[in-house]
Order: sequence, then C-alpha cells, then structure tokens
Amino acid sequence: MTYVAAVFLPLFGALSAGVFGRQLGDRGAEIITTISILISFILSLLVFRDVVQSSAVQTVPLLLWIQSGTLEVVWALRFDTLTAVMLSVVTCVSFLVHVYAIGYMHHDPSIPRFMSYLSFFTFFMLMLITADNLVQLFFGWEGVGLASYLLIGFWYDRPSANAAAIKAFIVNRIGDLGFMLGILTTFILFGSICFDPIFATAAVHAGDYVTFLGVEWHIVTVICLLLFIGAMGKSAQIGLHTWLPDAMEGPTPVSALIHAATMVTAGVFMVARMSPLFEYSPTALTVIAIVGASTAFFAATVACVQSDIKRVIAYSTCSQLGYMFFAIGVSAYQAALFHLMTHAFFKALLFLSAGSVIHAMSGEQNMNRMGGIVSRIRVTYVMVWIGSLALSGMPFFSGYYSKDIILEAAFASSSTVGHFSFWMGIAAAFMTAFYSWRLLFMTFHGQTRADEKVMAHVHEAPAVMLIPLLLLAIGALLSGWIGYESFVGQHRESFWGQAITVIAGHNAMTAAHHVPLWVQVAPFVVGIGGILLSYLLYIRVPGLPGLLASVFNRVYQFLLKKWYFDELYNALFVRPAFAIGNGLWKGGDGALIDGIGPDGVAAMSRAFAQRLGHLQSGYVYHYAFAMIVGVTVFVTWITLFHLW
Amino acid sequence: MITDWPLLSLVTFLPLAGAAVILTIRGDDALINRNARNIALLTSTMTFIISLVLWSRFNFDTADFQFVEQRVWLPGLGVTYHMGVDGISLLFVLLSTFLTLLCILSSWHAVTTRVKEYMVAFLVLETMMVGMFCALNLVPFYIFFEGVLLPMFMIIGVWGGTRRVYAAFKFFLYTLTGSVLMLLAMLVMYFTAQTTEIPALMRFTFPEEMQRWLWLAFFASFAVKVPMWPLHTWLPDAHVEAPTAGSVILAGVLLKMGAYGFLRFSVPMFPDASSYFTPLIYALSVIAVIYASLVALVQEDMKKLVAYSSIAHMGFVTIGIFTPTQQALEGALFQMLSHGIVSGALFLCVGVVYERRHTREISAYGGLVHRMPMYALVFMIFTLGSIGLPGTSGFIGEFLVLLGVFQVSSLVALFTATGVVLGAAYMLYLYSRVIFGKLEKPALQGLLDLSKREILVFAPLLLVVLFMGIYPKIFLDVFHTSVSTLLENHKVIHALSEVPALAAP
Repeated sequence: MTYVAAVFLPLFGALSAGVFGRQLGDRGAEIITTISILISFILSLLVFRDVVQSSAVQTVPLLLWIQSGTLEVVWALRFDTLTAVMLSVVTCVSFLVHVYAIGYMHHDPSIPRFMSYLSFFTFFMLMLITADNLVQLFFGWEGVGLASYLLIGFWYDRPSANAAAIKAFIVNRIGDLGFMLGILTTFILFGSICFDPIFATAAVHAGDYVTFLGVEWHIVTVICLLLFIGAMGKSAQIGLHTWLPDAMEGPTPVSALIHAATMVTAGVFMVARMSPLFEYSPTALTVIAIVGASTAFFAATVACVQSDIKRVIAYSTCSQLGYMFFAIGVSAYQAALFHLMTHAFFKALLFLSAGSVIHAMSGEQNMNRMGGIVSRIRVTYVMVWIGSLALSGMPFFSGYYSKDIILEAAFASSSTVGHFSFWMGIAAAFMTAFYSWRLLFMTFHGQTRADEKVMAHVHEAPAVMLIPLLLLAIGALLSGWIGYESFVGQHRESFWGQAITVIAGHNAMTAAHHVPLWVQVAPFVVGIGGILLSYLLYIRVPGLPGLLASVFNRVYQFLLKKWYFDELYNALFVRPAFAIGNGLWKGGDGALIDGIGPDGVAAMSRAFAQRLGHLQSGYVYHYAFAMIVGVTVFVTWITLFHLW
Repeated sequence: MITDWPLLSLVTFLPLAGAAVILTIRGDDALINRNARNIALLTSTMTFIISLVLWSRFNFDTADFQFVEQRVWLPGLGVTYHMGVDGISLLFVLLSTFLTLLCILSSWHAVTTRVKEYMVAFLVLETMMVGMFCALNLVPFYIFFEGVLLPMFMIIGVWGGTRRVYAAFKFFLYTLTGSVLMLLAMLVMYFTAQTTEIPALMRFTFPEEMQRWLWLAFFASFAVKVPMWPLHTWLPDAHVEAPTAGSVILAGVLLKMGAYGFLRFSVPMFPDASSYFTPLIYALSVIAVIYASLVALVQEDMKKLVAYSSIAHMGFVTIGIFTPTQQALEGALFQMLSHGIVSGALFLCVGVVYERRHTREISAYGGLVHRMPMYALVFMIFTLGSIGLPGTSGFIGEFLVLLGVFQVSSLVALFTATGVVLGAAYMLYLYSRVIFGKLEKPALQGLLDLSKREILVFAPLLLVVLFMGIYPKIFLDVFHTSVSTLLENHKVIHALSEVPALAAP
C-alpha cells in the first residue's frame, strides 16, 4: 500500500488540481499538489529504508495491460535499490520545486494548471522508475516527455516557447523510435519484455547473432544501441541534445525539476536498469563511453560562451550527463548513479538560484545585463557559490565525491576509451569551473549593466523560495559525503544488491580506488585553474573576453552557435521535410495521381461526351459513364473466364 | 426471452425502421425537425444498447460465428439471408452504432436544412454499415457494402461544402471502379465454389492462380476504401466537403470497411495470394505512412491534415492485416477501432471550431486556448491519441502492429516506425498553430467554449480513448480466439517463411 501510494499520490494531486483547479483556487491547487508530493516523499523514504534493509526485489502487480499471443505486459511496480534511490531523489526534488514554484509563479494567472503539470510529471517519472518491464518504462518515458512538452510550452503566448516545446517532443520521439525498436528486438530475442526473464537469460543470449541486410549482427549489441538511442534523446547526448537548451523557455522551476534533476537523467537510469544486458555488449559500452565523453566536452565548450544564464546551466547539465554516461561506458554504474544523485541536488540548486536571480531582475536572463547585485541578494549569492563549488567538484562538496570517482573509474578501466573519457572529462572539468565562475562573476560582480528601473526592483526572494534553496544547498553540501561509502565505496555491493549487474572482468569500480595520486588531484587542480582563469578574464581584465572573442572570431562564433547543430538539422531535416511534403502534395497527389486518375478520366469522359454531342455537367453523367465502362469490363471478364 | 430475438437483424434494421418513421412525420418545419432529431436519437440509442447486449452475450472462447440467423432468400441461386458475428466483426458493429449515435447528437444544431432527410440518411447509413459487418453471404454483403455509398454520397452531395460535386464525383469514381471488379470476382467465386456463403467460401480452397486474380479484384475495391496509396486522393477531398458528422463516419467506419474486407475475404479465402502479394502491401503501406505524413505536415486546411493522418494510420492497419502473427493482426484490429474513435473525435474537434467560425483554414485560428480551455484539453487528448502516446488507444495498436511485423521483417517495421515521429510532428504543429499563441484575430474574440451538448459528445469518446489505452484487455479478449483460428485454419502461418525479399530477424 505504501508502495502504491508513493507512486500514485502525485497523480491524485495532478488530477485534483487539473480538473478542479477553478473550484480549488490557486491556493487550494498549490496545497493539494504540494502535500501530495510531500506525503509521497515521506513514503519514498520508508520504501527506501525497507528496500535497502531487505535487499530483495519487490514487485507489486496492479493490472494486466496488454496480452496478445505470447506477449504479456502487466502494470506492475518494481522496487529495488535503484528504484528506491531514484524514488527518493525525484520526490525530494519535486517537493522542493513545488514549494519553490508557489513563490516563483506567484504572479502567474494559471497556477492550478502549472501545479497540476508539475505533479503530473512527477507521476510519470515515478512510473518510469518503478517500471517492471520495458513497455511500462516506455509509458513513463513518453509521459515525462509529454509533461516536459506541456511545461516548456507553458507560456503558450510565446512563439519561441511553442517552437521549443514541439522541438523537445520531436527530438525525443526520434530517440524513442530507437527505444521502441529496442523493445521489439528484445521481445524477439527473449520472448518477453519483463525485466526478470530478460536479466535471467541475458548471459545465455550473449553469443547470439542475427543477419540483417546481409550483415551478421551481435543481437545484444543491437538491442543495447537501440535502447541507448532512446537514452540519448531523453538525456540530451550529443546529436540529440538540441532540444535541451531550447527547453529553457519553460518556467525556471521546470528547468530545475525536469531539465536538470530528474527527467534528463532517465536515460542514465534506463541504461543502469538494463545493466545486466549492457554488460554483455562491450561494443555498446564503448559507444556509450565515447558519446558520453564527447558530450561532456562539447557541451562544456558551448557553456563557456553563452550569455543566457539558464542556457549556461542547461549546457552544463548536458555536460554532466555526459560524465554519467561515460561512467556507465566503463561499467561504473554506481558512480554514474552517485553523480546522478548529487547532481540532482546541486543542479536543482543552481537552477532555482538562477530563478531567484531572474525573479530579482524582473525576468532578465541575459548575463550581459546583470552584475553588481551581490549585496542586494546575498542569500541567493551564497547559494550560487555552494552550487558552483559542488558542480566544479571542489573538495568536500558533493560533486567532489561523485565526479572524482567517475574520472578515477574511467582512468582505472585502463582501456583506450577509458583514457579518452578521462582526458575529455578532465578538460570538461576545467571548463566547468571556468563557466561556473564566469556565470557567478557576470551575474553578481562588477558594475551593473542593468538599467535603473530593473535595479530599483532588485530584491531577495521570499522565504517560500529561499527555504527550498537552503534545503537543496544542504543536499549539495552533504549528499556526496553521506552517500560515498554506500554508493561507490566499500558497502556498494550490499547496498545495490541485485539492482546493478557488473560481470567479472569489468572492475573499473574496484580499480578506481587504487589510481595514482596525480589522477586523484588532477580534477581539483584543473578546477582551480578554471576558476583562476575566469577570475582573470571577468574580474581582473574585464576587456579581455571581448578581445579574445574578436581575435578568435571563428572559434567564438562556432561555440556561440553551438557547433551549428541547429543550422545543420534545419538544413538536413526540417526544411527538406516541408519541401518534400509540399512536393508530394502538389506534385504527387495533385499533378500525378489526380492528373492521371480521376481528373484525367473526367477530362477524357468530357471529351468523349462532347464528341457524342451530349455535354452534361455534374456527377450523374460521370457515374453513368463509369457504369458503362464497368459493364463493358464485366462482360469481357466473364467471357475470358469461360474461355479459361 | 431476449436470447431468442434475432439480435443481429434487430441491430441492423432498427435504424431503417426509425428512418421509415421519420419519413412519415408531417407538420410544420420546426415540428418536423424536432421530431426527426428526437426519433433519430432514440433509434440510434436503442441500436447502440442492443449492440452492447451483443457484446455482453458474446462467447470469447469460440471462433465460430455467433447470433447466427439464416433464411432462404433466393432459393434458385442458393442465396440466403445469413447474418452472424465473430471476434473480428463484433466490435465494428459497436463502433458503427456508437459513432452514429454521437454523430446524430453532434449534428443537433449543426444541420438546419433538410433535417428530416439528413437524419434518414444517417439511419440508413447505420443499417448499411452494421449489415455489412454482420453479413455472411456474398449477396447481402455486396448490397450492404455498396449500399453504404448511397447515403454517404447524399450526405456529402447535399450537406457538403462548395466543391462537393467534385469531391462526390471523385469519391464515386474510385469506389465504383473497385466495386465493379469486386462484383466480378464474387461471380467467379460463385461459379467456382458453387456457393455464396462466406463461411463456406472461407473453407474452400481456390486454385492458386485464380486466387491471385480474385485477390487483385478485391484489392481494387478494398484498397480504395482503406484508402491505400496511391488510391487515396479522394479521401482528403471527400472529408473537406463532407459535413462534420459525415467525416466522422467516413473516417470512423467507412475506412474500416476496406480493412475489414481484407480480413474477411482476402486473407482467409486467398491465403496463398495474400502471402504472394504481401510485399506489395508492405511497400504501398510504408509509402502511405511516410508519404501521407509528409503531406500532412504542409496542409493548411485542418480537415485535410486529419484526412492525411488517417491515410498514414491506415497504413499501419494494412501492414498488420497482412502480417501473419497474432500481435500484428490484433494490433491491426485494435488500431482500426482506435483510429475510428480518435479520428472521428478529431473531425468533431474541427467541427467545433468550424461551426463557430465557418472556416477550416489553420491560419484563421490561433490562441484558442484563451477562450476555449476545455476545448484545448479535449483536442490535446485526441491529439495524443493520434500520436500514439502510451496510455491512449493509439499506442496499443501501433505497438502491436510493429511488434508483429518486426518478427517478419524488421526493415518494414523500421520504416513504418518513422511514422511515429512524423505523426508527432504534424499533429503537434497543427495543435500549436490552432490552440497556442496569442489570441490576436478579432474574429476569434467572442468564441464560446464547449457547450453542454458538445461535452456530452466528447466525454464518451475521451473515456474510450483512455480506457482502451490503459486497459485494452477487454477489447483484445474479443479478438484472441478468432484471430488465432484465422491464423491456424488458413495456413497463413506457412506464409511466414515465404515473405520474400524483406525478411530479416
């Protein structure tokens, strides 16, 4: 009961606020959704305690969903350590964001709708992480996509928000196409889409091959790569990342909850969930590591030059997700999930702090029109410090523990791809520190670049927004230290139980604890370097960034335009799709099919009729004509058959 | 006792009786209109209730035809009046009665001219549709199958838009050409098998070469109805000109007749030809999915967009029908039901704003959510159903079809699945242009949200879409036995190994 309630309470909140929003009023909707999530969070902690203590997988079947032939899909909730961790993180951050949103959305005319969407999202996220089979996971997966779509486009008056919402949905759908095909292939191979049978027989099928288009394919690798395409879409990995920066059109609480802490980590969760399968595909793991490392590096480079405060954090999220993936790529699932957890806290903190800044600056998001507000919003300022310290992995903040273990694991895996990931990660760590302090300096320090009207209004956020910030800050400070031993340290085996499978020989996690000293200190050193560089550029010699940008204009433009991904995709896919659509419509349907078909026949019959001198207008005549043709064919046919 | 009643004849001919009663109404216009509406509503409600009785008494464990009625009709030719339903046809009877009821309700105020004739046309249409799904003899089947066209032709031609003549002509030209060929094929079947009974024909084995000719003749008729590419161009025009309720029936039921025909005739009676032509069906369907989706993307008329989306969705259905796996066939059937509900509802959604603004141009709208929040919600849910979001009916059908066809040809599954991405693109693009944005156009300022009657029409559709998505079991249960028997009996299974060229894992 506890288990079911934890998952379904957010749905209850969402439906109440959504359907009875008008009757409940703004305050009523806020209370009912927030309380629902709070209870759900408390229950999640109970679940967490239960599951970690018993270390057994518990399944709660609800209802038969789809049954056709040998396919059987059941609505069921599955609880193991992996689920319990995600459950606690999601409900915790979701609760804090709900509270924060009460303050942040204060002036908005459609508060019930907003609260309803947030709770709705939370419900789908919980369905995703408690799924007991791939199809239910897909249900949650697409559901969070829908919630994300609705929330990105929440301010539907803005064309940019609508465009961003559609883009998010469609780019995700491309990933989902891979996911769906992965599910289908899984069914072919295992005869089931439920986790237990798949995991139980994964080893048996590890050597199966299949021929497709004349090539032999290792079928587990095919499945893993297809599923990973889905993960790439959801978790905004390079190639399918373009929607995430645009998603910042949504209100800031949304960015914190969905596009930083929870939904975008669903890809990481899914791959970790499927670890018993991914472990048997070295190729897939290699691909994941390369994609993750490349994303970590690529997104960090872009984050260094963006001027929209939320976009900087968005690219940062993208980059951090890359870390998680290359950790998975070297079979350090535990490290990936550890970083997922700490990242949820400090990135939500950063986003909500950014929201507080935006709130203070009357909606301004461009850092070029900020600055000089340290003394005006001191609490927020401290929060951004804590978030940035955690993000760039400064000692004893949560990111320090989780990012370092990822880098150490990558190094320790002692494969080429591991070393590639390690060095990409180090480079990204340098840039992470750089852009974090760039953000901090540009936003808070120096002379203000905002106009007087905005400056006159600068004020610290109300308590309802600050308290969630403080709680998240505690998480950003302590979660790494508290979680270290259980997640990735000595107790990791007993903590994770059967939730994660790592096959013999994939010992990056163990080896990570025995890397050379220079590997251990390298992230710290480059981090300090990044901070110093941004101090130099943005505090000591403020003219330098502009100079650098003009000297290295090509590079600067390349980064500013985000490596031209959007331009490329527009030229390759979007415009051709519309052009082809138009061509097929006017040319294919209009000229060709109709021209030869009905219109052609009509013209012919009209000409024929004219010759007969019986020009009639209207369809009755044509009908009759067609009948005549029909009867003629009929008679011919009959004769033919009799001969035959 | 109700068990002894000829339920199928009742459900088939009750609407016709209602139509006859309406024809007898005399009096002034207002009185006629009111009575015509009331009688039509009463009749269609009763018909729907009877069809529910059918469902409740249906035995899921047998593939035999149930509620069978058989009477000698033309003794010399061995033609009988033979009715019965199995797991394949039962739910389409319900779909027809359900949608007809909602159509009559939705036309309450939308139709003001010739109300009497309009209601008569719809009731006659209902008789023809239901009869078509129940008929077990070639002659009544053919009569019902063609009979459907007549009232539909009238509905488009009399209550349609400005270019209705062109649309009606196109509609007729396509369907009639097909029908003539089908009639010929039926004659050949009669001469060969010496029977017009459908169950008997299903057991009869036609020579392989003859199968191919017969298959092609039926294909000409059914492919137009579905419609399959490239025989689809009548559909957008017919939809655009048809009144709202006409579009609902057209998309909801008429398109299903072609698919049903494939399942009732082509697959069981010509199994060898079916597997021989499967690559053709796959190719045309894959083209339909991608082609129609791309064309839908650039439409400027709401109805045309939904019409093209129907073509794409029916592509999934035809792929499923010709894929001899349990999941693909059940998926196709489920997709037919789902599409009937969802596309019908989408046409009703278009009708709602058309009634208010008298235009279907997408660019004439924008920002409707400001004035019509309830409408925005309803439209969103059906949009999601069309996109096939898990939790709506659309997902189950598409997923099962893809799962089924993937076992036969992963390449076909791959191409078909791209329709899922494109579907999201054109539907969300449509939605955002109509519903979102600022409400700037002065003509839209005074729009009213859904009326009570409109809510009454949408509510059941909405519940069905969600229910089918969350608990599809009760629908799938109806299919199981009939579909597995179909697969076993007609040695379609052997075709599994015979689908050439495209076969992969």
